[in-house]
Amino acid sequence: MIRFLIKGLLRDRHRSLFPLLTVTAGVTLTVFFHCWLGGVFGDIIDYNARFTTGHLKVTTKAYAREADLFPNDLALFGVDSLCRRLQDQFPGTQWSPRIRFAGLLDVPDENGETRSQGTAVGLAVDMHSAGAPEIGRLRIDQSLVRGTLPESRWEMLISDTLAVRLGLEPGETVTLVGTTMNGDMAMRNFTVCGTVRFGIAAMDRGAMIIDLEDCREALDMPDAAGEILGFLPGESYDPIEVSRIASTFNDPFAGVQDDFAPFMQRLEDQGGLSEMIAYIDHFSGLLVFVFVLAMSIVLWNAGLIGGLRRYGEIGVRLAIGESKGHVFRAMLAESVCVGAAGSVTGTAVGLALAYWLQVKGLNIGSFMKEASMVMPLVLRARVTPTAGVLGFLPGLFSTVLGSLLAGIGIYRRKTAQLFKELEA
Amino acid sequence: MNASNGPIARLSGLVKRFPMGRGHFTALRGIDLQIMPGEFTGVVGPSGSGKTTLLNIIGSLDTPSEGSAVVLGRSIGELSHKQAADLRNHHIGFIFQTFNLLPVYSVYENVEFPLLLLRKPAEERRKAVLEMLEWVGLSDKIRSRPSQLSGGECQRVAIARAMVKKPGIVLADEPTANLDADNSHHILKTMVRMNENFGTTFCFATHDEKVIRYLRRKILLEDGRVTKDETVKKPRLRRAGT
Ligand SMILES: Nc1ncnc2c1ncn2[C@@H]1O[C@H](COP(=O)(O)OP(=O)(O)O)[C@@H](O)[C@H]1O
Ligand SMILES: [Mg+2]
Repeated sequence: MIRFLIKGLLRDRHRSLFPLLTVTAGVTLTVFFHCWLGGVFGDIIDYNARFTTGHLKVTTKAYAREADLFPNDLALFGVDSLCRRLQDQFPGTQWSPRIRFAGLLDVPDENGETRSQGTAVGLAVDMHSAGAPEIGRLRIDQSLVRGTLPESRWEMLISDTLAVRLGLEPGETVTLVGTTMNGDMAMRNFTVCGTVRFGIAAMDRGAMIIDLEDCREALDMPDAAGEILGFLPGESYDPIEVSRIASTFNDPFAGVQDDFAPFMQRLEDQGGLSEMIAYIDHFSGLLVFVFVLAMSIVLWNAGLIGGLRRYGEIGVRLAIGESKGHVFRAMLAESVCVGAAGSVTGTAVGLALAYWLQVKGLNIGSFMKEASMVMPLVLRARVTPTAGVLGFLPGLFSTVLGSLLAGIGIYRRKTAQLFKELEA
Repeated sequence: MNASNGPIARLSGLVKRFPMGRGHFTALRGIDLQIMPGEFTGVVGPSGSGKTTLLNIIGSLDTPSEGSAVVLGRSIGELSHKQAADLRNHHIGFIFQTFNLLPVYSVYENVEFPLLLLRKPAEERRKAVLEMLEWVGLSDKIRSRPSQLSGGECQRVAIARAMVKKPGIVLADEPTANLDADNSHHILKTMVRMNENFGTTFCFATHDEKVIRYLRRKILLEDGRVTKDETVKKPRLRRAGT
């Protein structure tokens, strides 16, 4: 009997192949979009962490309030000892001081007259100490377009776009005109050692990167830094661990009114990222819900139509002496097979597509020229274990639901009624 | 149950009403009737007279509104779904106007299906299926699909499917309505031979003269009532169709 039913299932494409394709397509899309969203948002958060927020960030309370303006007059002092203290208190987490600043780049000609000029946003990180984790963290080495990484003092990397605009070649000299901590004008010559492109619109439009020590000297900020970024081990974000560290650090300063007291923020406390994270959660939840719903409706209808189409066949089977319960169970068993097969195929295809995107990436740079958010220009997917379950269960569920509903229609009808429909 | 001595079907005061609009429509208005084992009988009457309704009740596909229908010792109105299915499975064969073969299965598989439901062993199934296909003259088409057969051939498969389990009664509702004269005579002759050879009871619903002339008993149904019930001594079988 089972062989008989399987034969029927395999031969009747309306019963096997078409529902299978529908389930496969639905599950593929669900899985793929889930991975894709996970990848996009995950990358955005990751890039933000690397370039702006860290997993944690220590600044003065006053600096935190105006962080967008790089208020270096409100910078932290005694940064070396503060870093050591952080390292002791939270071993495993890496603490990296950075200075952000704005400045004017002046390119002189051979007579010392201005040849070209442009404003740039500066980032000063440690580039010379042993290991220099910041170089890897910002992927500076991978982002190098021309020239080399800074090897000695007073060397500068600038974004390739800016270099082209200013007509700068690696090896040429520029003058950085900026502001010291105390509000005085600061001028310093740097050699452009190389140009970089990060694939992040906000950085690529016009950024300069210099060594932290050079910056401290140029802007007169001894042992100071605007911010100290903390990165969890493995550089992967863990909201619970991060909250624990932040509250442990902040608790002793809770009652302190001093604007210059250090203050630690989590990634999601900064620059609207908490809304972003909540939004991501909601959005991906919503998207999956919509997909699952749409797929359920399609499959349910496919199941219903399939069931209606089979009223004739079912009528004959009942007349020959098959019981309604047997017909019903056989239909459910068929849909479980079709649903499971389609879900497996769909999950496999969806994950394969997502994996392909994860490895290859999709360049959307041309659409994102104006974005000011730190955002990667290469879209990637992130394959996660949930993605598998996510498509599989609804795929199976909606197929079975579809034929369940069709089956109930058959169950509730009088046997003779099925015959009327059969004769029509 | 003692099917061999008692009637195959005994209907008394049988009334069938269908709900219709706010009231109902009465399709059978008090039928008293017995069908004995081995009969080759038919319910004859114009379209809409209630023939199909009557056959469906005898076949346990539908239930009486009033009165009783006892088929092979079972009271049709009192059977559960499962018991009704069981009765059909073991004792009743159906033949329809539109053949109603299962399109995805071969001729052989269509005929085998009732035996699968009865959980007969494979060897017994094979013998019975091949025997029946020989009876209807389709031994050379066992691998064909219904879509590859003519109408007459399809109805012959349906006859084999109804007969393969050697049921107590075969119910044939307008079996010739979609067939031409030659094919009609061919399948009627086959059924007459089966009736004589296996003693299977046949009950037709028809208004087709070609069928009526083969019947040994004609039950005339008009407007839900039996208006005439005559037994023919010598059906004009030998003259027919040659
Ligand atoms: N399920 C039903 N609901 C309502 N009326 C029905 C139903 N089945 C049959 N009838 C009515 O009962 C009458 C007899 O139908 P039927 O037994 O099919 O006649 P026949 O087979 O002799 O042509 C017809 O008038 C038909 O419209
Ligand atoms: Mg009829």
